[in-house]
Amino acid sequence: MVAQNIGFTIIAAMMIIGALRVVTTSNVVHAALWLVVVLAGAAAQYILLAAEFVAVTQVLVYIGAVMVLFLFGTMLTRSRIGRDSGLNNSYAKLGIPVAVVLFAAMALALSESFGTEKLPSDGSIVTTQQISDQIFGPYLLPFWALSFVLLAAVIGAIVLARKD
Amino acid sequence: MLVNQFLLLAALLFCIGVYGVIARKNAVLVLMSIELILNAVNLNFIAFALRNGNADGHTFALYIIAIAAAEVGVGLGLVLLIFRNRRTISLDDLSEMKG
Repeated sequence: MVAQNIGFTIIAAMMIIGALRVVTTSNVVHAALWLVVVLAGAAAQYILLAAEFVAVTQVLVYIGAVMVLFLFGTMLTRSRIGRDSGLNNSYAKLGIPVAVVLFAAMALALSESFGTEKLPSDGSIVTTQQISDQIFGPYLLPFWALSFVLLAAVIGAIVLARKD
Repeated sequence: MLVNQFLLLAALLFCIGVYGVIARKNAVLVLMSIELILNAVNLNFIAFALRNGNADGHTFALYIIAIAAAEVGVGLGLVLLIFRNRRTISLDDLSEMKG
């Protein structure tokens, strides 16, 4: 248990630093690379929570595909590679109290309702077979809907980005 | 491990993402902040899946990952289109919809 907590603390600190850098850095490419740190940390947390399949999917889809999309987006919109002072709004300071109040409210609610409840250490491991039974069983309709959403997104992205 | 340590980490990531959405002007960076928010939600789903001992959270986390991928694809398509027409992706310049 102690080893897990040490691992959690290190990964969590890494993720928080990465997330803060994503929203504060003045370089779009650096923001994308810090986002990789956060996403990889999230994958590590999934493994800590015994969700290997979701962790692998996170690495494949987020770090593999989404990140490439972001870097292409940066490149194609000719965002300044390097420091750029015009990335923040004029009212960016307004976001700090909003985020702090939101976090205070959520932290209060979470500590009220879960307190020091422990995760089951001998809980049954969710296997990939169980996940596929869920997807192709009770959750088949959302899966179909999701397939159509993905199809529409692919076609829509082509239509939007095509030169005409 | 406590349930709360994961939930609090997710809440913190969510709030950082909200700050990013409010504070950023560059459309690509706003999309990155939205990814932070979606990841925070996913972390909550996985934590609750382990707490309750079933696979529903995993299923929904996978669905959210797929939706996020579609959202980024369409979002960056829109950003590219805006850039092609306006030569800027600064959200402050897109002000036609104000009354």
